[in-house]
Amino acid sequence: MTKKQKKQLNRILAAAALYILASLLGRFTALPALAILAVYLLCYAVIGWDIIWKAISNIMNGQVFDENFLMTVATIGALFLGEYAEGVAVMLFYQVGELFQSYAVSKSRRSISSLMDIRPDYANVLREGEVQEVDPDEVAIGEIIVVKAGERVPLDGVVTEGSSALDTSALTGESLPREVAVGDSVISGCINQTGTLRVEVTKQYAESTVSKILDLVENASNKKSRSEAFITRFARYYTPGVVYAAIALAVLPPILLQQPFSIWVFRALTFLVISCPCALVISVPLSFFGGIGGASKCGVLIKGSNYLEALANTETVVFDKTGTLTKGSFIVSQLYPAEGISAEALLEIAAYAENESNHPISRSIRAAYPGEIDGSRLQNVQEIAGHGVQVTLNGKEVLAGNAKLMARENIPFQPVDEPGTVIYIAEDGRFLGALLIEDEVKPDAAAAIRDLKASGVKKTVMLTGDANAVGQKVAGQLGLDAAYTELLPGDKVEHMERLLAETSETGKLAFVGDGINDAPVLARADIGIAMGGLGSDAAIEAADIVIMTDEPSKIAVAMRISRKTLGIVKQNIVFALGVKFLVLFLGAIGMANMWAAVFADVGVSVIAILNAIRALNVPQSDIIR
Amino acid sequence: MKKTIKLLDLDCAHCAAKIEDAAKKIDGVTDASVNFLAQKMVLEADDSRIDAVVEEVVKLVKKIEPDVTVKM
Repeated sequence: MTKKQKKQLNRILAAAALYILASLLGRFTALPALAILAVYLLCYAVIGWDIIWKAISNIMNGQVFDENFLMTVATIGALFLGEYAEGVAVMLFYQVGELFQSYAVSKSRRSISSLMDIRPDYANVLREGEVQEVDPDEVAIGEIIVVKAGERVPLDGVVTEGSSALDTSALTGESLPREVAVGDSVISGCINQTGTLRVEVTKQYAESTVSKILDLVENASNKKSRSEAFITRFARYYTPGVVYAAIALAVLPPILLQQPFSIWVFRALTFLVISCPCALVISVPLSFFGGIGGASKCGVLIKGSNYLEALANTETVVFDKTGTLTKGSFIVSQLYPAEGISAEALLEIAAYAENESNHPISRSIRAAYPGEIDGSRLQNVQEIAGHGVQVTLNGKEVLAGNAKLMARENIPFQPVDEPGTVIYIAEDGRFLGALLIEDEVKPDAAAAIRDLKASGVKKTVMLTGDANAVGQKVAGQLGLDAAYTELLPGDKVEHMERLLAETSETGKLAFVGDGINDAPVLARADIGIAMGGLGSDAAIEAADIVIMTDEPSKIAVAMRISRKTLGIVKQNIVFALGVKFLVLFLGAIGMANMWAAVFADVGVSVIAILNAIRALNVPQSDIIR
Repeated sequence: MKKTIKLLDLDCAHCAAKIEDAAKKIDGVTDASVNFLAQKMVLEADDSRIDAVVEEVVKLVKKIEPDVTVKM
């Protein structure tokens, strides 16, 4: 509780004591009514002075119809009608409700900000041979910082000394620590778990990953959703509407029906108590904020409430292939040794032949070979552009490359007809076999597509610049509805336009890419999702939603969060308006008193806020995958 | 130019919406958005008018919700 809230609580307790005293005096003693009225008025003054004061000063500033004014009119009106107990109680309960509301809001503010508790407080920078503790803001690019075990990495940089395991869970939701050593880049916001690291700073604090993420999440609720805009518009008409209805209720029936004014004025006063739309005005944005907070717990950054809202209506999901559904790294998936040679021997020769090249394909072959490469066995390494390599290994001529290379050297070989890249190996003119190299499908990709289908996505499409055979194979493996292959960047935009035209009026199209060369497509989609991964500025800039963990399965997680959030928003709108209109109706026919009205005002607010906070909770299974 | 202003003790969501509406009407403001939960306002205004705009925002906040303290 804040100081302000504590003070308020004490005031409420004092007023409640006075209230009980007054009602006891009224019931059990024969004190004159005036004395009892004095106790009630004292109680009213204790609990209501600030509301009345605010009402007066707001009117002086030209602000009528605010809730302070309406509460003042309602309660003073009740006092004038002789309903002392009720008038005072309404003010008392209004204040209790306000306190509760302020407590709930500050509690959820805290739980959301603790969620984003990744802001580093200080950096240990090495200056003139000494370690100084400074604000991360003051560290320049190129300086060396020291990060001890247990400390948060304050700035992005590259490790120059030491090795350790980093806990990235605050950024990605990934529970497995990340191993780093000299030469690896580290990202601000991670926690150093084991060893001391020296890191050369590569970005200023304002540009670092942690401040970008914080900025993004904190400002996410600035982009308002349709539901929020609706509530704002609604609030603008609701309060004056109820107030005019109250005036009409106070004046018209007594004149038309020839009834005493006091009954109808009292009913009108109950209207005023219900005239604040607070329950909705607070709980709807709170739900979205909670939803965005919950998503960021799962490693999904959503740049605005509007995107969270749109996500629930996703009808088509379009994927980029490389880096999104596949890892974008190649592995040797199949060995085809010729007769008379073992698979191991084939792989060894291939690894030696490809040793000098830095091509991703060559690196994947070296990575597949479990042994060490002994460079002294290699001679005369020659690249044959567009074909492959020729080397001398143990005095023998080895060729490694594509089918064209084999044909050029007139070596009879067994072609491999599989989608992917095939490398053929020959030794002294004899064909030894072939290796199939493929881009590896992400382990959760198939589950991601299934999850999306299960959560109501009608169509999943893949757009790729890759060869048709490769694209179709991946699409088939994952169960995508369609795959368009061999596309140039311009073709992707064209396909996107067509798919957008095909989606229904209310349905949304999401594009998922790695954010690097698909910026135009990301921008064109209703919802652009980047599988950014850590530290990719391009992705964070271009997309509406960033998936920090590189797992496509998080899209369905985000959709679930979106649906849940919208569900909560709907519940709150229906519940709050339902109760308010019901009590308004009952009040008009004289069946609801001020107690019911207070419940319809602050009671409903508190319940709606408590419901909204649920949006922050996400199942544990979605956080760590 | 964009400017972020802190609105400390902003406890009433209804007032937040009022402040936002009023800020949008200030001359030179292209966009204003009050984030009730972060207790922040993001102002977008012409560079030349920014100081005057901020001054007016402080005034209108005092008027609409005297409990709120404006911090740059």
